[in-house]
Amino acid sequence: MYAPPRFVLLSECALTVEFGDEITLRTNELVLACSASIDQAALPGVVDVVPTYRSTTVYFDPLRTDTTTLTGQIQALVTQNIHTLLRPATTHTIPVWYGGAAGPDLLEVAELAGLTPADAAGLHASVTYRVYMLGFSPGFPYLGTVPERIATPRLPTPRKQVAAGSVGIAGTQTGIYPQTSPGGWRIIGRTPIRLFSLHRPQPFLLAPGDFVRFVPIDEDEFGRLSMEPA
Amino acid sequence: MSPKPSIIHVLRPGLFTTVQDLGRLGYQRFGVSVSGAMDPWALTVGNRLLGNPDHAAGLELTLQGPELLFEHRLSIAVTGADLSPTRDGVALPMWTVVTMPAGSRLQFGTRRQGTRAYLTIAGGIEAPLLLESRSTHVQSGLGGLAGRPLKKNDTLAGGGLSGRCCEGRTLAQSSRPQYLTSPTLRVIPGPQVGRFTEAALHLLAMSPYRVTSESDRMGYRLEGAELPHRGPADIISEAVSAGSIQVPPNRQPILLMADCQPTGGYTKLATMIRADRSLAAQLGPGDSLSFVVISAKEASALFRSLHAELERLLPPQGP
Repeated sequence: MYAPPRFVLLSECALTVEFGDEITLRTNELVLACSASIDQAALPGVVDVVPTYRSTTVYFDPLRTDTTTLTGQIQALVTQNIHTLLRPATTHTIPVWYGGAAGPDLLEVAELAGLTPADAAGLHASVTYRVYMLGFSPGFPYLGTVPERIATPRLPTPRKQVAAGSVGIAGTQTGIYPQTSPGGWRIIGRTPIRLFSLHRPQPFLLAPGDFVRFVPIDEDEFGRLSMEPA
Repeated sequence: MSPKPSIIHVLRPGLFTTVQDLGRLGYQRFGVSVSGAMDPWALTVGNRLLGNPDHAAGLELTLQGPELLFEHRLSIAVTGADLSPTRDGVALPMWTVVTMPAGSRLQFGTRRQGTRAYLTIAGGIEAPLLLESRSTHVQSGLGGLAGRPLKKNDTLAGGGLSGRCCEGRTLAQSSRPQYLTSPTLRVIPGPQVGRFTEAALHLLAMSPYRVTSESDRMGYRLEGAELPHRGPADIISEAVSAGSIQVPPNRQPILLMADCQPTGGYTKLATMIRADRSLAAQLGPGDSLSFVVISAKEASALFRSLHAELERLLPPQGP
């Protein structure tokens, strides 16, 4: 059993359904199950559903529904056995060239942890991560949980440009920048894998609830894999 | 009626001109911003004057408009900010369908009122539909012309969508918005109002704020009375939307706008109502604004009445 969700208005056209106050697997599974049930129910007037770590936000058209109606409908959905709606998770293997030009912050992350860069990279690659949510930019995954020893806060000043494919750490979160963009996470490596491409039938590689395993590769392997089509 | 394609040459791009429609909804869960016209009302009026469907794309012009050469005869409308549009040097009426003859030039001059103007054309601006929208989101390089603002020597194609046009069709003078340089924007209490001191919402409503130079389509950094938190300014990342008023640790509010990221990790004190998005879109750096708090019920009613007014003034005509 779990506590009933809390409903909060993000705007007069968006209702946020909160399942807890912390980042846990259980809370995030509830979020994804609830989001899937809302998708499946195709509630009238719902225009977008955005699951995040601990809540899901339901955007709606105020000409077609209202918060009272939606709250009632969602309350009814979450009392059902919504966990059966969770799609089977895919585990993705993502090759990463750690350190060097690809990971300008690996040295500092390793030093702060009292590890060699190779051991810090090995520790980062030793865990299977869960995709808790996507956000920030198209296809950017928020992954958890980074081993405590190498959990490092964001840079004091964000970089103006982080290369596409960069793998970063922010506290116990890790993530991958799908496009070149500004960013404040500590960059420890880079993957040649495209996380977002409109040239594929499925533009987004990862979905919330998926799992990610990082596999260390060297610069040569990175170069070879970069040549392969998306 | 089979629409004829039409070519427009970009002689000068203007300060920041992008292709926009009503936005890219449905992909926020993958990290895709909604984007779309900052002033959706002005874009929609332009499209409806021309008989275009509401989802047709137009150009959003910012402060300084472009210079465009029309290779083919084409009906257009300019709505939103008054940036002094001219056709071959002669002033053009705003909020009105006018014809650009083949070989004519559209130019813009002094900014008289507002910040963002919309150029809509019969049949809409052509751009690939990416994730169901033509809107440009520059930060992710998505939509419009290769995900970027217009540049010199670009070529635009238009007229792909069929529409029924009527020269001279106009929005009544009395229905045209007045864009103030110090408007009062209505807000409802935000999702983390409880994470601020009791005074914070009053302070937001009691004191004027200035739009700083760090203001763009993603959001406006505002400057004014400090809004004190009870505890940390950070929260676990969750959905944010255009209209959200975030307050980072420096206690100065950020009003999120059309290009905002779908999620964010700062406390949100309040949310500007959707009916006031157009007023906010027409603000620029240096302008000031005030806030007033209303209820979510009032906000919904205001949204519905704004929609009803549009339906009354300009019923949709497109297919």
